[in-house]
Amino acid sequence: MSNGNLENSGAVGGMREELWRLARAFFSGLALVLLSAQRGQAQDPELEKLDLPELPPPQPNEDVLLRMMRELQRALQKPVEQRRWVMVIDLRKCVGCHACTIACIAENKLPPGVVYRPVITEELGEFPNVSMRFIPRPCMQCDDPPCVPVCPVKATWVRPDGVIEMDYNACIGCRYCITACPYNARTADFGLYHSDHTPQRAAYDEAPSFEYGRRWKREGGNSPIGNARKCHFCVHRLEVGELPACTTSCIGRATFFGDANDPESLVAELISKPNVMRLKEELGTKPKVYYLV
Amino acid sequence: MARPSPRNSLGTMRTTLLGALWLIAFVVGAWGVALRLLHGHELANYGSYVVWGLWVAAYNYFSGLSAGAFLLSALIYVFGSKELEQIGKLALLVAVITLIMALLLIWLDLGHMERFYYVFTRPNFRSLMAWMVWLYTAYFVLLLAELYFALRADLARWSARDGWRRVVARLLLFGRRSLSQSAVQFDRTALRVLGSLGVPLAIAFPGGVGALFGTVLARPYWHTPLYPILFLTGALVSGGALMTAAVAFFWPKNDPKYTAIVQRLSMIVFLILLFDLILEWAEFSIPMWYGVGPEFELLQKVLFGPFWWVFWILHVLLGTLVPIAIFLTQRNKPLWLGVAGGLIAVTFMAVRLNIVVPGLIEPQLRGLEKAYHHEKLVFEYVPSLFEWQAVLFICALGFALFYLGKTLLPVMSVGGAEEGRR
Repeated sequence: MSNGNLENSGAVGGMREELWRLARAFFSGLALVLLSAQRGQAQDPELEKLDLPELPPPQPNEDVLLRMMRELQRALQKPVEQRRWVMVIDLRKCVGCHACTIACIAENKLPPGVVYRPVITEELGEFPNVSMRFIPRPCMQCDDPPCVPVCPVKATWVRPDGVIEMDYNACIGCRYCITACPYNARTADFGLYHSDHTPQRAAYDEAPSFEYGRRWKREGGNSPIGNARKCHFCVHRLEVGELPACTTSCIGRATFFGDANDPESLVAELISKPNVMRLKEELGTKPKVYYLV
Repeated sequence: MARPSPRNSLGTMRTTLLGALWLIAFVVGAWGVALRLLHGHELANYGSYVVWGLWVAAYNYFSGLSAGAFLLSALIYVFGSKELEQIGKLALLVAVITLIMALLLIWLDLGHMERFYYVFTRPNFRSLMAWMVWLYTAYFVLLLAELYFALRADLARWSARDGWRRVVARLLLFGRRSLSQSAVQFDRTALRVLGSLGVPLAIAFPGGVGALFGTVLARPYWHTPLYPILFLTGALVSGGALMTAAVAFFWPKNDPKYTAIVQRLSMIVFLILLFDLILEWAEFSIPMWYGVGPEFELLQKVLFGPFWWVFWILHVLLGTLVPIAIFLTQRNKPLWLGVAGGLIAVTFMAVRLNIVVPGLIEPQLRGLEKAYHHEKLVFEYVPSLFEWQAVLFICALGFALFYLGKTLLPVMSVGGAEEGRR
């Protein structure tokens, strides 16, 4: 921000509020540590009630999303450790519309400066022989994630289904994980709002997100403000039978999602092809995002 | 009372001027810290891609000064230099203060300052950052304990006097006021035990900070096995240089050993500086030899990019060549040696900045810098005014603590066999 338009009159009150918030957070955190030895996190009851969406029977030439949703529901019948969520992105089909980036922002209520799935545009060749390539870049959900062992407080880990999860309430905001990611897939929430420097905070800035199956309202410096943030394959959607927001919003159906442990699934079919690649494979991170080229 | 001599009034003027400068630094700095507490990281120029900036660099810098000052005092002990033994207490004070400065600054850098203690309640010992925190906590406790035992005999003597010294002494002694042979002997034994514990700790601490960067496989610029060693020698050079300056400027000039102490200190710093330069040469020349690759490109930026002057002017010229010239030509002028030490100590911040920032300014995937636009999503970094303000506050605080420490504590008591540190 160029200059903080501070209202002097509010500064003292703001300071008091800030100190109060710090104290509250400090003691509530202390209580949390003392009271809960295990990390069992209650899901939002509203989310738990939901049944899986009802799907029409398979038909020839149906939308590929329907097939993937059916496979998703099938995977959800299995114990969580038997699922292996992977994403496949067909670079030949991506037109660089950025709909996935925007859908992700809308789904997870991402503030300015935080992005989970940017689309990189590459220009190849020289005029007149030029072409473009678009590379959407979600979190790679690595099998050997460099971001996990660096966390000093165990605030991020690999779930049994392979997704890298974060506990926003445990993250101290040191940002070491952000430096450790070889894909720049983690960004920091610095507490900015889209409607900063406007007369009123917009409603979309105050809407809660439901990442990791919990309700997160960005206010008063509370988490996820001050935390590292990243794509999580929309696990809160997966668990209610819905595909990630980037997958459903892809206008060219270039993003596929599913359970690689299911040999009948579309993603299992796609990643067995020879035209598959993963980013920076030489680092040994074993990403679960595959690109078709 | 006689009229103040011109020399005295000059001294008063200097004190007033320094006091005024300090006050300005403190107020301007405190304003920056208040902004940090009120607005979080909003005004900072580090962002989601260059996530660490001036504060992390300054943290490395101050923690290096601390470990260096402490290790120097430990080296003195190992090599049994009688001349230098007297500065042990001052070295401990400097080590404590610079460590406090480092910790306060890195605390401001956290996204959730109130959760700092999670590193103790739920540590991940796979993480080098957790190791670093545990190491510097142990080191901090040890420094305080050492300082206590180093000062106890002097304080016990103070407690028998009148005035403020008696109050200070009684507050800090925790009841151990005895000056008997056995009590003093106990202090010495305690110091020896703590000192031998402290040396590996003070080596592990800067080494661990180096490893924190060195283990990051994703950053070719940081990912070098030389880093733990480079951080250790860097700590010794900068901390030793700071001690040289502190002794040259603040040690009682009437001590007959004054000149000899400063000379000896500056000689040690000079030798470690030369060794550090060899390491630095290796660090730069090996990755640059092929002339290709991400590390080469980043080093190229450090040497010839828009911030070339941080390396060439601050580090090479003012932090290396000028001090070396002073060491070689002004060996008999302790104040000049102090200036050389001060130059090395201050400009070492350039080295720390050139470690932290270049490691982060290259996108991990080409084209990412243009993929999504926001001022927090850029791969460029220049510290904002607000970030400098916070550092200024920490410096002002450090100077105040040093001044208080050297005024209120017997850290510079000269002579007396039993007053030596060990």
